[in-house]
Amino acid sequence: MIRLTINGKTHEVDVDSNTPLLWAIREQVGLTGTKYGCGVAQCGACTVHIDGLPIRSCSIPARVVAGRKITTIEGLASGNTLHKVQQAWIDHEVPQCGYCQSGMIMAAAALLKEKPKPTDADIDEAMTNICRCGTFQEVRAAIHAAAKAA
Amino acid sequence: MILNPKISRRSFIAGTAAVGGGLALGLQLPFGPTVVRAADGSPEIGVWVVIRPDDTVVIRVVRSEMGQGTITGLAQLVAEELECDWSKVVTEYPTPGESVKRKRAWGDFSTGGSRGIRTSHEYVRKGGAAARMMLVQAAANQWGVPASECAAANSIVTHGPSMRRVSYGKVAEAAARLQPPKDVKLKDPKEWKVIGKPMKRLDTRDKVNGKQVYGFDLKLPGMLNAAIKECPVFGGKVKSFDVARVASLKGVRKVVQVGDSAVAVVADTWWQAKTALEQLPVVWDEGPNAKVSSASIAEILKAGLDAEQAFVGNQAGNAKQALAGAAKKIEAVYAYPFQNHVCMEPMNATARYTADKCEVWVPTQDGEASFAAVLAASGLPADKCEVYKINLGGGFGRRGAFQDYVTQAILIAKQMPGTPVKLLWSREEDMVQGRYHPVMQCKLVGGFDAANNLTGLHMRLSGQSILAAVRPAILEQQKGRDPLTFQGVADGGEHSIGYSFPNLLVDHAMRNTHVPPGFWRGVNINQNAVFIECFMDELAEAAGQDPVEFRRKYMAKYPRNLAVLNAVAEGIGWSKPAPAGTFRGVAQMKAFNSYVAAACEISVQGGNKVKVHRIVAATDCGYAVNPAQIERQVSGSFVYGLSALFMQECTVKDGRIQQENFNTYQSMRIAQMPKVETIIVEGGGDVWGGIGEPTICVAAPAVLNAFYKATGKRIRTVPLKNHGIELV
Repeated sequence: MIRLTINGKTHEVDVDSNTPLLWAIREQVGLTGTKYGCGVAQCGACTVHIDGLPIRSCSIPARVVAGRKITTIEGLASGNTLHKVQQAWIDHEVPQCGYCQSGMIMAAAALLKEKPKPTDADIDEAMTNICRCGTFQEVRAAIHAAAKAA
Repeated sequence: MILNPKISRRSFIAGTAAVGGGLALGLQLPFGPTVVRAADGSPEIGVWVVIRPDDTVVIRVVRSEMGQGTITGLAQLVAEELECDWSKVVTEYPTPGESVKRKRAWGDFSTGGSRGIRTSHEYVRKGGAAARMMLVQAAANQWGVPASECAAANSIVTHGPSMRRVSYGKVAEAAARLQPPKDVKLKDPKEWKVIGKPMKRLDTRDKVNGKQVYGFDLKLPGMLNAAIKECPVFGGKVKSFDVARVASLKGVRKVVQVGDSAVAVVADTWWQAKTALEQLPVVWDEGPNAKVSSASIAEILKAGLDAEQAFVGNQAGNAKQALAGAAKKIEAVYAYPFQNHVCMEPMNATARYTADKCEVWVPTQDGEASFAAVLAASGLPADKCEVYKINLGGGFGRRGAFQDYVTQAILIAKQMPGTPVKLLWSREEDMVQGRYHPVMQCKLVGGFDAANNLTGLHMRLSGQSILAAVRPAILEQQKGRDPLTFQGVADGGEHSIGYSFPNLLVDHAMRNTHVPPGFWRGVNINQNAVFIECFMDELAEAAGQDPVEFRRKYMAKYPRNLAVLNAVAEGIGWSKPAPAGTFRGVAQMKAFNSYVAAACEISVQGGNKVKVHRIVAATDCGYAVNPAQIERQVSGSFVYGLSALFMQECTVKDGRIQQENFNTYQSMRIAQMPKVETIIVEGGGDVWGGIGEPTICVAAPAVLNAFYKATGKRIRTVPLKNHGIELV
């Protein structure tokens, strides 16, 4: 049993020592907004925040982050108020199929926390998520819009 | 005002019979049909529309949403004619089983070939119009006034003379009892208020908060999870596997053979199933295909370039004779590799089987194809089968004609009757069990007379036929020929060539491989656009002419191809020099009845680091139903197309695909994304074009042509990573 703190709630999960955080979140805690895309830390669909930093949850064992503050896409909004990145994503109609977007949004939210007014170069460096629909043009526009939002 | 129409002269109006009086009479028959109700009890107003008492408008969509925006676009088409309040619109998928029961009341479910809107716009608009007419008639009946004095707008019927008003929700029950009108007139496009507008997508919110349920996310009571491994050599079989080695691992419930070629582990969680499967010793009978390699396939294709026998796809004049007598000839050989779709959501399906019912939940591009797979794999009759469609995490052609994952899920579930089993493929399984972009080589020979006029062109394709593997019946009708191979260079139809050459021969030496081919977004236009559009630049150079000017000489009979070419030439500023250090290329093509062109500006550092700064893309799809979504599909198409050009090849060694994940099969990131400017040309006409696929094919040739301008190097084989060239 390990204790995970996800979106402010504590969960006791029964997983073996190698189970990635991604699958503990999805299958034990039951939060499926965090996606599996590759399992090898390439695509970023599984991105969550650990103590505010964006981490690819498919490639970190759940036990390693026991007790740390984990935030998933389901916990990004404050109650009914969407995070400014989520709102910008809606305003700019970023998602197409949407499968990669949880990870994309979590990466963008972490970027804006670190760099409130990111340049294009900052975005290029921080946003390494794969999107096969090709929403990058809207992703960039939405990040700049979210940066402008108070 | 709408229900007393003048007969329009315009050809896009469906049905030539008069409407109005006869219709009203029909609607007033005292005994209408039985009301059909949606699951919540709300009445259907025809098969496409359900109106709830609270005025919610439910629009039925049978094409699948996989990111392309089709549910929003199709809803716009219905809503336009329905005259409903867009803010009250929601959509729902009828099930394939329901469709079978109702004699395919909603038509074709297939969502491929960029056909969602272009092949159903007429009947879904008619569905909306018929529902509006029934709602108006119901209101008129309630007031005892002629329907011709009533009008509908924003989900309200108004009686003009008395200014009485009633909402759709209030008259829906009465409308549902009316006979649907037989003759339905559609609006003139000039009257459109919802079609052609950048309406917000209906499915965005749940995609930003994690609530959207994909097939991967499905949860059913008592559900178990399965991981699968199929013989990595296509055509190979399971010889044996050692259940005892994993049976006692935590969570493992069952280890099963799936068909004759795969093994699955069923466990409490998918992670347990996957890790157990990795530890399961499996012996394969790999068969003779284990000897095949990329090199051996390439040799077979190469021989086809000069083979005597070939299927003719397009012929004008006598190209061989013209080439024999040419004053100057140029020749080039191109090649295009196997590629995987790599949907972000790997293949999956969830099945529950009992002797009385087989149900499948699946992200599918074709609910009817899934349904057929359920029937075949379960052995149950249609009335005991059902498919529940789930929105897809990408499709790109992998999830339509091919339902292998559905079959597998059922074959597993049949071994555990009553237990829902969710089968998820790992990314590795997804990579090595694809239905790959066909492999193709192409030899092009062009001949000129002494005055540098092009006198003949021979384009010899050699490679794999998709239809031979997927739709062999079509080949039988065609005496062995695969007509799809000629997409983009055909002599007519939705993929016709956009040039008139005095002597032309396009032919195909079919060389099939054991690697299963599939419909990869854009299908055969991808390689054909590289072949013809790069060679057009080679011909232009041989003739000492500008690539755009050279193309224009042969496009007089193709004004819509020419219009998009001119649009991108103007957009990129072709008549003026490119910005210092940048170089330009263009390409154009007709595909899926749309006309597309791209012009790009690139720079190249160190001879191999390519930066694509800017792409101007033009699309003439006839009518632009949702321009905002078209822009997104077009800019996204360059991610798909440029990833394929620079990074993607599935190679074969020992009969199996070598690339197993994104680390060896890369895809573009945001840093590599060019600025895309989309020009939408609305050419109108009777035939509507598609959006999801056409633009992809012009990405690669436009960039390859620019790369030549920048470096003097013609690159004729894809992907560019094999030449040490990278996208930065």
